Amino acid sequence: MTMNPLDPSQIQLTEDGRLKHFLTTEGLSKEILTEILDTADSFIGTQARSVKTVPLLRGKTVVNLFFENSTRTRSTFELAAKRLSANILNLDIARSATSKGETLMDTLWNLESMYSDMFVVRHADSGAAHFIAQHVTPNVAVINAGDGRHAHPTQAMLDMLTIRREKGSFENLTVAIVGDILHSRVARSQIYALNTLGAKEVRVIGPNTLLPQEIESLGAKAYNNMNQGLKGVDVIIMLRLQKERMQNALLPSEAEFYRLYGLSTDKLALANPDAIVMHPGPINRGVEIESAVADGPQSVILKQVSNGIPMRMAVMAMAMGGQQSGQNKEEV
Amino acid sequence: MSLPQPSTLIDNMIAEVNQRFPTLNESIVMVGIHTGGAWIANAMYQKLNLKTPLGLLDISFYRDDFSQNGLHPQVKSSELPDIEGKTIILVDDVIMSGRTIRAAMNELFDYGRPKEIVLACLLDVGHRELPIQADIVGSAIDRPSNQRIKLSGPEPLSLSTVTLDK
Repeated sequence: MTMNPLDPSQIQLTEDGRLKHFLTTEGLSKEILTEILDTADSFIGTQARSVKTVPLLRGKTVVNLFFENSTRTRSTFELAAKRLSANILNLDIARSATSKGETLMDTLWNLESMYSDMFVVRHADSGAAHFIAQHVTPNVAVINAGDGRHAHPTQAMLDMLTIRREKGSFENLTVAIVGDILHSRVARSQIYALNTLGAKEVRVIGPNTLLPQEIESLGAKAYNNMNQGLKGVDVIIMLRLQKERMQNALLPSEAEFYRLYGLSTDKLALANPDAIVMHPGPINRGVEIESAVADGPQSVILKQVSNGIPMRMAVMAMAMGGQQSGQNKEEV
Repeated sequence: MSLPQPSTLIDNMIAEVNQRFPTLNESIVMVGIHTGGAWIANAMYQKLNLKTPLGLLDISFYRDDFSQNGLHPQVKSSELPDIEGKTIILVDDVIMSGRTIRAAMNELFDYGRPKEIVLACLLDVGHRELPIQADIVGSAIDRPSNQRIKLSGPEPLSLSTVTLDK
């Protein structure tokens, strides 16, 4: 295989095709995505034991490098690292050295000097994790925990895990992603993953102001009318309205948005009767989703949260393993 | 040298289990190690009158060669019945270095504290690197250190020799 360091799907893989960074679901093969799901499934089994840790990353140092605030993602990465027996350092960069003028590279070099083995990166700029992966010293793995509007691959994969566990497989599924697609890194990562894993149809539903122009070229069918878009759907993924990322008036009002694109009990009835309802959280009740739906029998929102830990354990274990494999091949 | 038939060796192992444990009550749990050991354990379990469900162990998260080889690409889930205070009959296909068994014992103790672990292996090929020995052995054979014995299965079970490049 020829390596092109600028191709995001190639920088993620070792020469023998194993994961060494996890930056995006784009360009990864069905085999790799399936291996990630299978590995996460195996970690689910360890989470029901009285001893929840496994010794896989014992002695390794994982740095949670969060340049942007996050509670859920950061804490599930922290818990995942701890359950792999790694040592974890949480750095809230949003409030630390970079605000004193330190450059990203200086921050990185300082952390490398502390012998870190893995960086989990959340950043407001698209491409930040990719940039870091290009510049870290060899044998340090980088996991993207969300970069700008670009990608949030671990969230997308924990959603794929939830779908597979609920529905068995992807082949016959029609999946609708609803709401603020424009600002959503999760939606992009989900669309790539769903198409690679063989979903029958991927739809995006939202007002034109919140649908990126290139969206259909990613392999998703765009709908402005939610009632039409939900017909015959097996999985509904609601997105959070990212008010903090909206600089212009893209919406008339929250009430108007809810009337047109909020998931109410009435709208849910348009989907297949066994459709599942998902949301990456945090949910805005009454803005994207009615409470009765979020807490209803078709909702798997809290299962998504549970699946976040084994999924993050899986990608951390695989990426760390990929960094180390091939150094000294030996049969045991 | 031709390799023995697994079915004959399994019969030997079953006879030894019956001799060692005349009454197979609720305190005895059989656990097979993925993948070959699980096949052997399953074959033994079919013919033994055990009172507890068969346990399966995947040691991928406990291997000591993670830093050399990374994660095994096809990790299975471990599924174990309650092992607290039980006698475990731990089953594997081929014992060589002893590292698999060390990893398996580490994992078992994360599920509970067994009363006793008895190790049953289809073949003992020597070349141990750790002070671990099987209690019940189908057959012991000498092999050069560059040869591995591979079990194919689950149906039919057969043994073959693989020579490693040096």
